Amino acid sequence: MSEAIHHAHHSGAHDDHHHGPEKGFKRWLFTTNHKDIGTLYLVFSLIMLFVAGFMALLIRIELFEPGKVLLSPETFNQMTTMHGLIMVFGVIMPALAGFANWLIPMMIGAPDMALPRLNNWSFWLLPFAFSMLLSTLFMSGPSPDFGWTFYAPLSTTYGPQSTDFFIFSIHMMGASSILASLNIVVTIFNMRAPGMHFMKMPLFVWAWLSTGFLLLAVMPVLAGCVTMMLMDRHFHTSFFNAAGGGDPVLFQHVFWFFGHPEVYILILPGFGIISEVIPAFSRKKLFGYAAMVYATAGIAIVGFVVWMHHMFTTGAPYFAQLYFMYATMLVAVPTGIKVFNWLATIFKGSITFETPMLFALGFLVMFTIGGLSGVMLSLVPADYQYRGSYFVVAHFHYVLVTGSLFTIFAGVYYWLPKWTGRMYSETLGQFHFWLSVIGMNLTFFPMHFLGLAGMPRRIPDYAIQFTDFNQIATIGAFIFAIGQLFFLYVVIQACRHKGKRVVEDKVWEGAHGLEWTLPTPVPYHTFETAPVVH
Amino acid sequence: MRFMSKIVILLSSLFFAASAYADSIWNMPAGVTPISREVYNLHMACFYVCCVIAAIVFSVLIFSLIKYRKSKGAKAAHFHEHLSVEIAWTVVPLLILVALAIPATIVLKQIHNTDESQLTIKVTGYQWKWKYEYLDQGISYFSNLASTQKQINGDMPKNPWFLLEVDNPLVVPVNTKVKILVTSDDVVHDWWVPSLGVKQDAIPGFINENWFLITRVGTYRGQCGELCGVNHAFMPIVVKAVSQNEFNQWLSMHRTVGYRNNTHTIARAKAAIKKVTKKGVESL
Repeated sequence: MSEAIHHAHHSGAHDDHHHGPEKGFKRWLFTTNHKDIGTLYLVFSLIMLFVAGFMALLIRIELFEPGKVLLSPETFNQMTTMHGLIMVFGVIMPALAGFANWLIPMMIGAPDMALPRLNNWSFWLLPFAFSMLLSTLFMSGPSPDFGWTFYAPLSTTYGPQSTDFFIFSIHMMGASSILASLNIVVTIFNMRAPGMHFMKMPLFVWAWLSTGFLLLAVMPVLAGCVTMMLMDRHFHTSFFNAAGGGDPVLFQHVFWFFGHPEVYILILPGFGIISEVIPAFSRKKLFGYAAMVYATAGIAIVGFVVWMHHMFTTGAPYFAQLYFMYATMLVAVPTGIKVFNWLATIFKGSITFETPMLFALGFLVMFTIGGLSGVMLSLVPADYQYRGSYFVVAHFHYVLVTGSLFTIFAGVYYWLPKWTGRMYSETLGQFHFWLSVIGMNLTFFPMHFLGLAGMPRRIPDYAIQFTDFNQIATIGAFIFAIGQLFFLYVVIQACRHKGKRVVEDKVWEGAHGLEWTLPTPVPYHTFETAPVVH
Repeated sequence: MRFMSKIVILLSSLFFAASAYADSIWNMPAGVTPISREVYNLHMACFYVCCVIAAIVFSVLIFSLIKYRKSKGAKAAHFHEHLSVEIAWTVVPLLILVALAIPATIVLKQIHNTDESQLTIKVTGYQWKWKYEYLDQGISYFSNLASTQKQINGDMPKNPWFLLEVDNPLVVPVNTKVKILVTSDDVVHDWWVPSLGVKQDAIPGFINENWFLITRVGTYRGQCGELCGVNHAFMPIVVKAVSQNEFNQWLSMHRTVGYRNNTHTIARAKAAIKKVTKKGVESL
């Protein structure tokens, strides 16, 4: 099987080899090259980051003071919904898929992904899916306004008409993710260079292998979930409608059976990136490689059986709550192992503080904070108080902004010089980092206090005693946003081939892995002859 | 300057938050029910454990970042495995988790014990108000937001309890085990009063049970805890805990008022019918 794919691909890629990429938009529309598709994913994700980030700023402006500031409650709900959906499906997932496309073939010594045409399709579904989702903002009725978790019956019986556009765009995003993850899993299984055993694979590849299986397992569940919504809305079924004998709690079970593995989908590839960056700038081999692999797989597996911790207040029976509490607490063990291993990698290293390392360290500190508040959330009686409050908002932004977004930044700064042959400006990179860290903490740390003091999430207006912390959060959000402009500038400069030229294969002194044996900038086609790994 | 002093006040209150402030803006209220106090203790215990873990992790990190900088001539060591250390940081967190799980399990059992309640109130969530029904007393009424649209739009000064005030609060006697049966008429709502340590989803087609026993007379406020549409922010909960005597008075008064309201409604309806008939007669 693997041989067949190899040969088929070689003969297919033969022509391209002589005249390189096509010119103009056709290159991007018809490309089957993993690097081009990786770039498309990353550019798409960057655009969406600014779209969803803009929505976040609108939310924060509205919450600057009690009373109405800018948005009506209706628009506010649409903004929180879109912000969540786009950040999850339009920013983090495509960015991580972009890294997978760029890096996995280069890391395992493959010429391309196993299924290059499918790869093209999995990307090109996304712009259409998101155009459809965003088009609802310009329709006469409200756009989806039920939160990114779209609980029934708020999204079914009580959903706006645009919900149907939402349903089909979720279907398309789901198809895109399933195809992409299928491709990644097949590539990792079949396209490894001779000698690249599983236990020699870089952790980034391991992380994506686990993520690929998670996606394959849960994206169809999400598709089923939105299909049932569609049936309830238009075909007189009552899956989620209590008046017809249906069950609104069933919705939450189905959604979170997707939704909980989804959070590991968003975080595991980030763990992989960090496991490449920290050893490089500590100039020391990653501590506990095998333990890291098992911890990754462990988190992925346990991630399947903890979904009901999102539903502790739905009237779950005592023993169900106990089981899900214990299982959830168990996730802390492999996650802890990972944090300790990174720490042990840094310990007695030879450390320098380039921008990728700064983001990795920022990740390490703030992800630990987010992880610890996760342990607090797992305790059911305390969860009764945290659930649905700003404490939860603080928690998941600590794990998602630092766990996913910061790791993506670390990855971009780490590999962009390799990809483009241009070194980013270290000064601008550091500005980006410090503005992000300060902004992020100012925005989300006070939210812990807000939640504990009783402020519910997803409210456009709040009681007077919550004012101070909300104002701090809004100021922080703008600092964070300004930081991202530096990032945009840095990326554009590198892509326009501006800046200091890099010529060494190993851009970073401490970097390890097959991708660093290739020339810089990386040629359009790589590893057409498989390297032999010893 | 004002901002700075605010920060100083906030920081200093942090140190007292745990004990001195009943309604801290920093922390979960310890509350006024046995359960809320148990939950608070659990929350604080877990918080301190997390602080210790964070302190250890961050000190090792900061130490390493200072000590092992390349610019200070640090040479990287070569170790990348250490079995006993790895076992230790697997087992120790596991033990800490078990230690946290035990009290959580015990408190959770108490939360689920709704037996021997002395008063049963059915709580129904509507878009966007709450309905309270005293099942054995035959009293039922809606509880609406009392803050006005003008206050929300900023055309009128806001009350101190802006968005946390209602027209008809839930009135309960202190030192009485009150069972609530929570359900919804439309979408999922969530009845949450932090000081009572109660948060229970109101789900259409389901009746969820929870309970509280308030030990101190006072007024306790909360909000809907689950996104339920446009006015999710505008359906607060106010619970007034009164002495048994006052509660009895309230009961009898509420019955009369309810009756008076009824007679009033009947009178109005009669008038309306008359009007319609009159109109009908005129049009004939």
